[in-house]
Amino acid sequence: MRVLMKGNEAIGEGAVRAGCRYFFGYPITPQSELTHYLAKRLPEVGGLFLQAESEVASINMVYGAAAAGARVMTSSSGPGISLMQEGLSYLAGSELPSVIVNLMRGGPGLGNIAPSQSDYFQAVKGGGHGDYHMIVLAPNTAQEMLDTMGKAFDLADQYRNPVMVMADGIMGQMMEAVDLAGDTKIEIPPKPWATTGMAHHTGKNVINSCLVIPEEMEELNLRLEKKYKVISQKEQACDQYMLADADIVLVAFGLVSRICMSAVEKARAMGIKAGLIRPITLWPFPTELIEKTADKTRAYLTVEMNMGQMIEDVRLAVRGRAPVFHYGRLGGMVPELKDVLAEIKNLHEGGTGR
Amino acid sequence: MKKAFSRPQSLLDVPFHYCPGCTHGVAHRLVGEVIDELGIQDNVIGHAPVGCAVFTMDYFDFDMISAAHGRAPAVATGVKRVLPDRVVFTYQGDGDLAAIGTGEFVHAAVRGEKITCIFINNAVYGMTGGQMAPTTLPGQKTKTTPFGRDSVISGYPIKVCEMLTPLDGAAYIARAAVHSPRAIIQAKKAIKKAFQVQMAGLGFSLVEILSTCPTNWGLTPLEAVKWLEENMIPYFPLGEYKVPAAGVI
Amino acid sequence: MARVIFLEERCKGCQLCTAVCPKGIIVMSDSTNGMGYHPASVPEQDKCTGCGICALVCPDMAIVVEREEKAV
Repeated sequence: MRVLMKGNEAIGEGAVRAGCRYFFGYPITPQSELTHYLAKRLPEVGGLFLQAESEVASINMVYGAAAAGARVMTSSSGPGISLMQEGLSYLAGSELPSVIVNLMRGGPGLGNIAPSQSDYFQAVKGGGHGDYHMIVLAPNTAQEMLDTMGKAFDLADQYRNPVMVMADGIMGQMMEAVDLAGDTKIEIPPKPWATTGMAHHTGKNVINSCLVIPEEMEELNLRLEKKYKVISQKEQACDQYMLADADIVLVAFGLVSRICMSAVEKARAMGIKAGLIRPITLWPFPTELIEKTADKTRAYLTVEMNMGQMIEDVRLAVRGRAPVFHYGRLGGMVPELKDVLAEIKNLHEGGTGR
Repeated sequence: MKKAFSRPQSLLDVPFHYCPGCTHGVAHRLVGEVIDELGIQDNVIGHAPVGCAVFTMDYFDFDMISAAHGRAPAVATGVKRVLPDRVVFTYQGDGDLAAIGTGEFVHAAVRGEKITCIFINNAVYGMTGGQMAPTTLPGQKTKTTPFGRDSVISGYPIKVCEMLTPLDGAAYIARAAVHSPRAIIQAKKAIKKAFQVQMAGLGFSLVEILSTCPTNWGLTPLEAVKWLEENMIPYFPLGEYKVPAAGVI
Repeated sequence: MARVIFLEERCKGCQLCTAVCPKGIIVMSDSTNGMGYHPASVPEQDKCTGCGICALVCPDMAIVVEREEKAV
């Protein structure tokens, strides 16, 4: 069954289909339709939508519901996600599976409600305090926004880790056909560690990230590090487009990757061997694939709705074997096809980018 | 001979880390005794705060969650909404609940969240070394009010029970103390009632417990209980501020 | 017949029990325990009525009170 859905609604339906029955959140544009959708939809499936008094409370309600063993999520945008950083650090430290959606908007500060990708660093480099990682997923269609939610909840449970789904304001608002025919079987793994009361599991369960003895804290850090290594090895995901013979390689995620696909096609029509890598996981970053292309690529161009954040990860993957340039629009502006194409032409002609 | 007074089953047989004479230990014991008497040890989920009671999960012998500073009522909300048939409580100090956590406990009460907050008010930040708390009395000397709390600069103590009483979602609100045998017996009754109110599904319950901090007050334990009686109780009157209609529990 | 047992190693010497004992028989030991505190003790056990008030105020659960069970 194909229906026309906003990206925000697709995320909501994807969460319901993934077995998420609890949503705690606080209003913020441009993710409102997601909360509107779930406020109606969750009660239909016996779930709960609860509007909290703040993002700080929301993320801590998520913490409690996750500790109790539920599939639970929240969503917000830039300023609200900033308020949640403390909670995200605690979720990571206490290893609680949970899904957080960020429909990014222009910043810093209050910024605006226009689309942006300027929370990349915040999502993939930490954001909260302490040594930790979230798994970060970046879909680029309404269909993928729906499907990503199942993947997000599965990864969260599999690794006992918070997972962030990142998109932008346009993707949240944009309507596209979504196929709802897919797999709806919900498989939630048992959670013998959950604090559900001692009558409901063996022994006493404690959810905690407070380890005052440094040896014990280091032990937790090492366990997390080991887990992050496994995730890095197993979970890198990306799409590629016309990459096989490309010598100008674009790297873009989310909405911008769609503009870049068109730019690659236009460049090919002009005789330029352009290609595209679209990271689907922003953390772990798809370093492996990018690294493999480094020796046959003349130049990389990251196109982002920020000052150049993902470019750092591309450079780390390329390790100096090819130049990496950036083209970005800021403050809620979206790169235009003609401008991306002009950048590709410039690099093709031996230019050094802006 | 039969043991007339011994450790409740809900408390593990380990020494507390608290300073000599600190009445956290009394409050812990009362919570443990109430949980034993209500027969809910296997069905209760407690929440530890940030502050002196941060290690509470090492003492209670039931499921525990460590919450971020001030956020325990929000975490407890998440737990209770997923597991409505469990008994869920938070144990929080005055800095945790009444300063940084002001939003969370107030809105838990506003929602009529069926959780219980055990709120320890000792008028000072203990763990961090004796700074002014939101409940520090006017004129009271602390490390950050070395000349005494000046209301012109630092305002007035927050009266949590009085604040919560008008809220429709608050079902049981009481203030007790643990400075004397008589007060301790009253405090236990209040804690028990708060849990019973939750178990009857009546709404939010909170028991404020006036407690001592001899170390940071700079007093001996015996001087501290006297100071509590003479200074804290006049400012924070004891009693039940809100109770369910007669016969409900 | 009653008996009060002070768990010396749990006592932090706060003296709260000494002030509430109706018989005034709780005294602080001259010796110190493993934590370095002078623990409370009752040398005159025969005077103890087993009222349990000392245990009620003890913040460290260092006091166990035993009583003969009353005949039913």
